[in-house]
Amino acid sequence: MSVKARLIPVLLLKNGLLVRSEDFQTHQIIGNPYNEVARFNQWNVDELVYLDITREGEHDLRRDDLKHHNSTNFLDILENLSLKCFMPLTCGGRIRSIQDMRERFLRGADKVIVNTQAVRTPSILEKAASVFGRQAVVLGMDVKCVNGSEQVCIACGQEPTGLDPVQWAQNAEKLGAGEILLQRIERDGKGLGYDTDLIQKVTRAVNIPVIACSGVGQFTDYAAGIRAGASAVAAANIWHFKELSDRQGKRALHEAGINVRLPFSTDSRPKRRRQARPKRQSPPFDFKQETILA
Amino acid sequence: MIGLIDIGLGNQRSVANALEAVEAVYRPCLQPEDLASCSAFVLPGVGSFADASQRLTRQGWLMALNQEVQDKQKPYLGICLGMQLLATTGFENGTSPGLNWIPGEVQPLAPRDPELTIPHMGWNDVLFHEMETGLSKGLGTSACFYFMHSFQFCAETAKHVKGITEYGSQVTACVENHHIWGAQFHPEKSQGAGLSVIRNFNHLVSARHEC
Repeated sequence: MSVKARLIPVLLLKNGLLVRSEDFQTHQIIGNPYNEVARFNQWNVDELVYLDITREGEHDLRRDDLKHHNSTNFLDILENLSLKCFMPLTCGGRIRSIQDMRERFLRGADKVIVNTQAVRTPSILEKAASVFGRQAVVLGMDVKCVNGSEQVCIACGQEPTGLDPVQWAQNAEKLGAGEILLQRIERDGKGLGYDTDLIQKVTRAVNIPVIACSGVGQFTDYAAGIRAGASAVAAANIWHFKELSDRQGKRALHEAGINVRLPFSTDSRPKRRRQARPKRQSPPFDFKQETILA
Repeated sequence: MIGLIDIGLGNQRSVANALEAVEAVYRPCLQPEDLASCSAFVLPGVGSFADASQRLTRQGWLMALNQEVQDKQKPYLGICLGMQLLATTGFENGTSPGLNWIPGEVQPLAPRDPELTIPHMGWNDVLFHEMETGLSKGLGTSACFYFMHSFQFCAETAKHVKGITEYGSQVTACVENHHIWGAQFHPEKSQGAGLSVIRNFNHLVSARHEC
């Protein structure tokens, strides 16, 4: 009995719509920002990361027929989706000040991710930790190989900073980050698995939890992230394109011998005795009986 | 009516959403004067002990809360920092006084296992000392909740501790003293099990009303 490895879906919001991402550059539209959250909540997922990767312009759902009004900014979207989110909600993207963080906490965020601004003015981490507590401050760190060396990149991965990921992670921990969301830009959307060397390097260097992200293509990829030292494993695309992605991901982790919270164990209602139900003799496609039993 | 105390810290919104989900009647309390009209209180908390302790004293919450919860015996539920504030003294960012409703100290988490990170972040099992009473009603002997904290409540007397979790060593997960409850974990962010805790609190509050 100890803390469980977490499995976290990452939703990417761009100009008001959810997108799938590759290389931090190519973005395909997936759908409206609320439905997935409601589905994940129903699935009882561990936690949710919601990143606003809008670079410019407004949020437009392009749909007037939905019951949600057209939300023109991220804060409205956040406020709406938090209503259906009974799991920790971590928000990132375009956070530039303590006020930006406060706005997000007020609308239902439980943690905030700072990435670009933390590099530009590192003291923001210090301030944030003193105001909101370090457990609520997540450092977003996107790593790419530039001129043969691994570097931290900011501004949606577009701007190399020359910072060494390990040193920056340690520095951010000292300043007040309580967690790190670690992404490997070249792996984004490729489905080739995590960059476990990078995860290992970073997790060994810090004593705060690290969420591994970028690269998951198979449910079996998750376990490598945990083995490399991550406290949580995250992914984006697989949650949109595979069936039962929470349950199957958890099962893969569980089968790899990793301590996870099984999606069906925490329900507060008395557990139904599944095994006790007698096997039916009738043909398998007897829909009527199926409905009655269900 | 449950008063959702807002001392300018914390994730009020998440707790409000959870109260709404269990159909509790609540109102936000933005200043100490708002407390009198409520019959119970929830104090959520995200932030540091020192900061919260200062806010309680300087903004006049301390006196009002003592009056409502200690003198008038109105039920109270503290979440995370709101639970830690129940203690006598806190050692986060210096030494500061708490509400002292459950004697104890708030100390940094110090797991012996170097593999364990600080903060204690994520889902962990809580073992309840008592079943079918208080906040854990209907949850059996253990349930899984979301934790995110770097400090822990060390109660003076074991009888106030109603649940523990394991993080390198035993960590206080929930406390109770008569009509005062506290949860180190975040029930508002712990899915079904968490909503049960909030629902139980709401039932305890309404039950007191009826008698």
